[in-house]
Amino acid sequence: MKLDYYGLGIAKGLMVTLKHLFRRPVTVQYPEQTLNTSRRIRGNELVWNEEKCTGCSTCAKACHIGAISIVTAPNPEGDKYPVEKYEIDTGYCIMCGMCVEVCPFEALYMGAGYEKAQYRRGDLVQSKEVMKYTSEKYVSGYFYPEFAAQLPLQTLLLEKITEEE
Amino acid sequence: MVMKTEPLVLNIGPAHPSTHGVFRMRATLDGEVIIDVEPIFGYLHRGIEKLAEERTYQQFIPLTDRLDYVSAMGNNMAYCMAVEKLAAIPVPERAEYIRVIMAELQRIASHLIAVGSFLNDCGAFMTPILYMVREREKIVDLFEMVSGQRLTYNYMRFGGLSQDVPDEFLPALRKFIDQMPRYLDEYDQLLKENEILLARTKGVGILSKETAINCSMTGPMLRGSGVPWDLRKADPYSVYSRFEFDIPCGARGDSYDRYRVRVEEMRQSVRIIRQAMEQLPVGPVRSKTPVMLIRPPAGEVYSHVESPKGELGFYLVSDGSIAPYRCHIRGPSFINLTALREMIVGWKVADAIVIFGSIDIVMGEVDR
Repeated sequence: MKLDYYGLGIAKGLMVTLKHLFRRPVTVQYPEQTLNTSRRIRGNELVWNEEKCTGCSTCAKACHIGAISIVTAPNPEGDKYPVEKYEIDTGYCIMCGMCVEVCPFEALYMGAGYEKAQYRRGDLVQSKEVMKYTSEKYVSGYFYPEFAAQLPLQTLLLEKITEEE
Repeated sequence: MVMKTEPLVLNIGPAHPSTHGVFRMRATLDGEVIIDVEPIFGYLHRGIEKLAEERTYQQFIPLTDRLDYVSAMGNNMAYCMAVEKLAAIPVPERAEYIRVIMAELQRIASHLIAVGSFLNDCGAFMTPILYMVREREKIVDLFEMVSGQRLTYNYMRFGGLSQDVPDEFLPALRKFIDQMPRYLDEYDQLLKENEILLARTKGVGILSKETAINCSMTGPMLRGSGVPWDLRKADPYSVYSRFEFDIPCGARGDSYDRYRVRVEEMRQSVRIIRQAMEQLPVGPVRSKTPVMLIRPPAGEVYSHVESPKGELGFYLVSDGSIAPYRCHIRGPSFINLTALREMIVGWKVADAIVIFGSIDIVMGEVDR
């Protein structure tokens, strides 16, 4: 291919890379430093509220993977079934958040935490003791704006790169 | 004297870094020149169309994210529009505008990856793609803010969106939109006139207008060949008819034109988002639709959108039950691959990588 001149375009491009030498790095050294995630994060440390849950299994029906297994005992008196077993297999879970969205009793929340790596697949199954809601637990604001307000604001890369203005 | 040589079969892929996933090209070489090429795919087949038949309409939304995982919002939108057309679900005005904003942001993000990895294939190793991934990261941050995930958003629902955008979204978006044109200028300064890139891409992999139309190519591939066909203008869906934007076209249909078309499209997307932000109305973002099960009337529907890679269409057949009877996906990456042979034959192996990179495919959509 014939070109009118040679080298000028490369020099222009190198100016850009030269400029980048003086920019501040935006890298985060992850385990030591962490960024604030979104307030609506769909983390895998799901939280389940035992008081509110009636055992209706809507979450299990909404789950298209079948990762939620729920066993309830019969209860002839009240309209609330005692939940004997409530397990979410996060090995299958794709964190779509559908179970949280459909829960009519506001008993299931996505977790704000995301560090749940395990060495064995069996350990990925979260039982109701692990997921139980307590006031200390960080709960994601996915579909729950009242929880979202409690979480810190998300760190945006947009706001970290400002020195060029 | 011309020496007679045996043709050599060379497998490029499936685990080759520049085949963008698990794609395999069986190239037959005569010396260094490619005389025949056969694309082989299916390594990432997950049977998504079949999975759609076993799930309710609602449950299939998260799986559409996994088709073209570089532009998940566009897939969400295409599928939701198909079901809305099938079941005649109205969409509130605000939801339409936010959908357009999301789709255009996703177009910028997808083109950044496309252009970055194309330049990577050309030999501009790692520097341009890292600059572009940095900008994509800002878009991904915005998506994380609204949907809670960084890659598989699952944000759109039938009749609107899952949730309204948070209060801090619009100021952040405005900031991004103000910054973005400057970065696009920077990319142009970096590589637009680079002689090495020009020598490697200009005139390489020419796709003529006729071949492009005959292969039913869409998206930047078709526009790079000089056909101004864009579904946003040709068949305006959603609220696209209310925005002013141009359709960038190439002249010759070579790899360089396709790269330029993508960069120019990013500028047009910025324009659309700016207009959409000005016109953004207030109101609900979701019409009254059941959260779990919908039963559309029996019938069939085809709905298409202009995804970053081309025409993404969903063909749904309903038998009146809670799950689609048949779901067919017209993936643009797959159909754009059909012209691979026409473009590559006659070029050398190093050019084949450049030409293949300029098609911009995502294997999740090719194999489905």
